[in-house]
Amino acid sequence: MDVVVLVKQVPDTASNIEIAGDGQTIQLENIKWVMNPYDEIAVEAALRLRDEKGGGSVTILSFGPKRSQEAIRTALAMGADKGILINDPEPYRVDTHTTASVLATALKQIPYDIVFSGARSVDHDNFQTGSAVAQMLDIPQITQVIGLEMGDKSLTCTQITEGGQFVRTCPVPALITTQRGLNDPRYPSLPGIMKAKKKPLEIKELADMGIDEPLAINSRMLSLEFPKPRKAAQMIQEETVKESAARLVQILHNEVKAI
Amino acid sequence: MTQTILAITEVRNASFRKVSFEVISAARRLADQMNTSVTAVVLGRGIDPAANDLQGYGADKIVLVNDPLFSSHDSDVYVQALAEIVDQESPAVILCGGSGYGKEVCARLAAKLSIGMVSDCTAIEPADGTVVYTRPIFGGKLNAKLVLDSRPGMATLRPNVFDIIKGDTQAEVQVLSLSLEKGRCELIEQKLSKAETADLTEADIVVAGGRGTNGDFAPIENLAGLLNGAVAASRTVIDEGWRPHSDQVGQTGVVVTPNLYIACGISGAVQHFAGMSGSKTIVAVNKDAGAPIFTKSDYGIVGDLFEVVPALIDEIKAIQE
Repeated sequence: MDVVVLVKQVPDTASNIEIAGDGQTIQLENIKWVMNPYDEIAVEAALRLRDEKGGGSVTILSFGPKRSQEAIRTALAMGADKGILINDPEPYRVDTHTTASVLATALKQIPYDIVFSGARSVDHDNFQTGSAVAQMLDIPQITQVIGLEMGDKSLTCTQITEGGQFVRTCPVPALITTQRGLNDPRYPSLPGIMKAKKKPLEIKELADMGIDEPLAINSRMLSLEFPKPRKAAQMIQEETVKESAARLVQILHNEVKAI
Repeated sequence: MTQTILAITEVRNASFRKVSFEVISAARRLADQMNTSVTAVVLGRGIDPAANDLQGYGADKIVLVNDPLFSSHDSDVYVQALAEIVDQESPAVILCGGSGYGKEVCARLAAKLSIGMVSDCTAIEPADGTVVYTRPIFGGKLNAKLVLDSRPGMATLRPNVFDIIKGDTQAEVQVLSLSLEKGRCELIEQKLSKAETADLTEADIVVAGGRGTNGDFAPIENLAGLLNGAVAASRTVIDEGWRPHSDQVGQTGVVVTPNLYIACGISGAVQHFAGMSGSKTIVAVNKDAGAPIFTKSDYGIVGDLFEVVPALIDEIKAIQE
């Protein structure tokens, strides 16, 4: 069972995000870069599948700038076997379609039974890459998976969606996008971190993959803006809890008309 | 007149999800500004061929496909159908709701057609012969304004953001029959949520609990039930195992934009704001007067949620009578 996990390095969700001088990109300094939390779930799912099925390998594939090696090393420290980074000379310039086509091109050169990817990345939150890659590879996909069982040549997954859950089965090769609730990703152990340093991590240029530059990009960023800040709350502090509750309900009912 | 705007609706159990009406209404406003028409797309099984439930929201034409294959909810089938309809209508813009369904189907359609797609838009407006899409990124820390160079361009719209406008327009209905192939994924089981609980992303009112609940969600559930709202939770609650992951609002959970968001016992981490700061009115109840949640809410009460929430329930019951 050969598994490939698509991984993206993103700013930690606690990072402050500042707009760069061009008004179209973010300042890349002073950001704590981590593996996208949804990809950690994907890595964990891949490791469990490899270990349960006894054999095969877990390959981490990422398209990003050189610093993305750190996220790949984290996945290797968790237990993945090898990493491939396709160097993106201009991070955050390409769009999802371009990213997906680079990843799909790379996947055509790697053997796999299953491809895992996080259901979304917490930076641009498009929910697109996994689905687009599956479409480009013309393989079945099940998105937002919170339960997974590997059968003989087929996968059975529980997908969570608005209003309920679907249990689906599909043949492999297939692409699965992972949602919170599927598993609790392990932390890299100290021996794991030591071993990861010796595991193979290839860095490839777009040209090595046979991809022409400049990359075709369908979307253009016009500007980045901060949203309008919210004001501090109007505090309601009457004599008793009952009176405060009554005042709030009266405001919500008569003024805001929300209830 | 330029090419039409395609509005993809979403059908669940033979009825339209609310976001479908938002998408048609948004398409109508955009079409009026661009001097073009709106074509709504209905893909489902057992749908009323007159599409009466969809009339009046602003579509000029409704393309309807009834096929038993759609009951599998397999995106393979939807993508085939949509690609054929896009070919027939050659739209300038394709819009769809940003639900799990919309995100998957549109991402695949965009890949198939090699066109650009913008996810989870909160505004769309025409400018200089093109369309400017606005969407929150980095968990709502920034808003990005984008244009797409491909034609058509495609976008999913964040649910509960675009106003539904109902008038007396009447759309011509074209029932299409397509020869679709069965998808590769088989649906084995469907576990639908209870009908009486409102869906988190579509709810008008969301009542959320945090660490302050200590795992006891009874007051939160009672208040939500009374207001026909949905129950949500902060990340701590999920990490403690008090509520399922699907209830989590925040940057690593669901983004909600209800009319009224009532945060109870939630301190208000940046990660939580990312999931609810687009709510129209935010109310916070917290024991700690210094909790950050009060800096970004509209109304606040400092107090123990186990006293305040029951008092709110009593007062709401009084006005409902």
